[in-house]
Amino acid sequence: MTASAARPLLTVEHLSMRFGGLVAIDDVSFTALDRQITGIIGPNGAGKTTVFNCLTGFYKPTVGRLALAHPGGAEYLLERMDGFRIAQRARIARTFQNIRLFPRMSVLENLIVAQHNKLMRASGYTVFGLLGLGIYRHAEAAAVERARYWLGRVGLVDRANDEAGNLPYGAQRRLEIARAMCTEPVLLCLDEPAAGLNPRESNELNELLLFIRDEHKIGVLLIEHDMSVVMKISDHIVVLDYGRKIADGSPKTVRDDPAVIRAYLGEEEDESLPPEVARDLRTTA
Amino acid sequence: MTAPAAAAPALIQVAPRASLAYMVKDALATGAIALALAIPLVGFRTVDRGATTILETRFTQMFVGVAVIAIGRFVFSLIDAGRARAVLVAALALSIAWPVAAALGAGQEGWRPLAWMTWLLAGSVVLRAAYVAYGDRAALRGDVAPGERLGATVQRLSMYFGPLLFLFAIAMPLLPMADQRWVDLGILVLTYIMLGWGLNVVVGLAGLLDLGYVAFYAVGAYSYAIIAKTFGLNFWEALPIAGALAASFGVLLGFPVLRLRGDYLAIVTLGFGEIVRVVLLNWDELSNGPKGIGGIPRPSFFGMPFTPAPPEGTMSFHQWFSSTFWEIGFSPIQRATYLYYIILILALATNLFTLRIRKLPISRAWEALREDEIACRALGINPTNTKLTAFAIGAMFGGFAGSFFATRQGFISPESFNFIESAIILAIVVLGGMGSQIGVVIASIVLIGGPEWFRDLESYRMLAFGGLMVMIMIWRPQGLLAFREPTIRLKPLPPKSP
Repeated sequence: MTASAARPLLTVEHLSMRFGGLVAIDDVSFTALDRQITGIIGPNGAGKTTVFNCLTGFYKPTVGRLALAHPGGAEYLLERMDGFRIAQRARIARTFQNIRLFPRMSVLENLIVAQHNKLMRASGYTVFGLLGLGIYRHAEAAAVERARYWLGRVGLVDRANDEAGNLPYGAQRRLEIARAMCTEPVLLCLDEPAAGLNPRESNELNELLLFIRDEHKIGVLLIEHDMSVVMKISDHIVVLDYGRKIADGSPKTVRDDPAVIRAYLGEEEDESLPPEVARDLRTTA
Repeated sequence: MTAPAAAAPALIQVAPRASLAYMVKDALATGAIALALAIPLVGFRTVDRGATTILETRFTQMFVGVAVIAIGRFVFSLIDAGRARAVLVAALALSIAWPVAAALGAGQEGWRPLAWMTWLLAGSVVLRAAYVAYGDRAALRGDVAPGERLGATVQRLSMYFGPLLFLFAIAMPLLPMADQRWVDLGILVLTYIMLGWGLNVVVGLAGLLDLGYVAFYAVGAYSYAIIAKTFGLNFWEALPIAGALAASFGVLLGFPVLRLRGDYLAIVTLGFGEIVRVVLLNWDELSNGPKGIGGIPRPSFFGMPFTPAPPEGTMSFHQWFSSTFWEIGFSPIQRATYLYYIILILALATNLFTLRIRKLPISRAWEALREDEIACRALGINPTNTKLTAFAIGAMFGGFAGSFFATRQGFISPESFNFIESAIILAIVVLGGMGSQIGVVIASIVLIGGPEWFRDLESYRMLAFGGLMVMIMIWRPQGLLAFREPTIRLKPLPPKSP
């Protein structure tokens, strides 16, 4: 537990998202603290990814206030910002449930594109760059060094010049996290980063996320089905079910919460529990 | 598409050898379809004989054509059944023997194009057989598909080949065999190379399929014509204005189509191209309608015109040259040569610009947008501005080329800016391999130089052109030289670092 930094980073208040008659999120409020990993869990269709899409501007929430407070003191109301500006100004980075790399560009290029805004400024919106001024060359060298650092972190230095689409699945997942980190976010949102990883890879992922939290001192928001990841590394967990928040607290309190158990295991007579979830719950309990 | 994955299914397809009976049946079916099409298209022809029109039959040619198609089909199934090398030998022999026989033996009008077509078909069979016979084995050996390797090889060769081509381009008009026809062809090819490079920014890099590129060409041409005639500016003064106007049209078109992708974008840009043409056709006050604008100022060499007899008090180019260097008479080739160098400079400037911008964040953002727009937004890239920049830059080069076209022709009318122009420019980009600079050069030479070369084929050359495109679509849908070199490489750290 990183109790030292209990400053709220992201405050979600009364967030609702309706698609026509379907209520995907119904009045959800929670707070994610700075320098903490906040897990969002819930059965399939609970609205986890919808929360992410609202946070990162892909959806405009129907109702609600999403406030992000930077460590420097600046405050952003995310529900009022265009999608790309949330990443650009509010500095929220995200990954996707189904990996979204630039498959035909090289691994290094993927990480350089992530530093687009910084490089655009350095290249004088292309003018200085075309003239070949030193200011851009230095900025590009710095961008490559940042990329090298993250490639080292995720163990992909050797593949830097390969096409991103040719990487194995686990490596693509790591590259996507590295790419998100290259934008120098204050909040990193990860949508099921452990999906499809084997146990060893998922352990490495845990270490990577703890490293990001502790060394880069940013907040992490994590959607995950893999309980061994969520329960082990989250400082705080929010549980959604049918678009509503049913529990909120430390991993231990959430695990013992009867509402959560009911959501995952169902009522006594309900047999529709996915076996892997039950197993995970048992092993981590 | 990754290389090994692409190669593997082809091998599996080849392995089971289809039975001979099946192949024959398949070839006959193909022949039947061809026959059904050929009866109205080739079999009958209306001939105007003075007052009456009579129907002429051409059954011999029709049956020969159908036979060629059926045999071609049979040969292709043979190739795919794994007998590529045998076919290769047979086709090579036939491709030499048959057109010669057909051209000499028949000797009558209408046979020569058929011989050409046969030759083309035989050539494609040879290529296909060679590809299958040696390509698949290469794919087994290495993990790179032969097409991919071709792209990589040409890319590597173009390091040496490029400067050579460049030197040739510079020296071409001065070579002894360069007559007016050569220089004019050179100008034409270079114009399309420039247009191709301009469109490559939009289609190749940003992945925005633009079917109305000719609109910017037209805007550039009309801007230059009107500015030069109204304000008396010379070519170099009017050029930037025309480019800027074309670029603003690019932005104008860009705004409404930003949300569209793929087919939808293509249709809207196609419409835009037509709108510009129709406006030019109807806005008499501005564009003089279908009559076009004539008497556009021709370029002058530092104020010296290329005319046999300049007005009193001025000097024409050949007079100046004669007094400074050695005696030359007036010749129209002097102006053509000068125009040739202008377009060469413009094209090279386009290339330099593109090569340079490829290493800048804006170009990487274009490519990233082409790959995945949603991921781009999540990284804070402004898709609107990025796409608009691509449209504007592509349009600007189109506008430059248009200005050049206007000054070269001296006369422009909406006729010159048909959809077919857009289609040809796009074909150059797509054929060359999207994003490949040298690919555009090769495709321009083949597509523009080729038809001029093969004027012998008469109207059949468009058929040959279509056939070539279909073949490319079947075998190299990603373009002849689709090969992407990373714009930046991670160099190993010097050993001192931890």
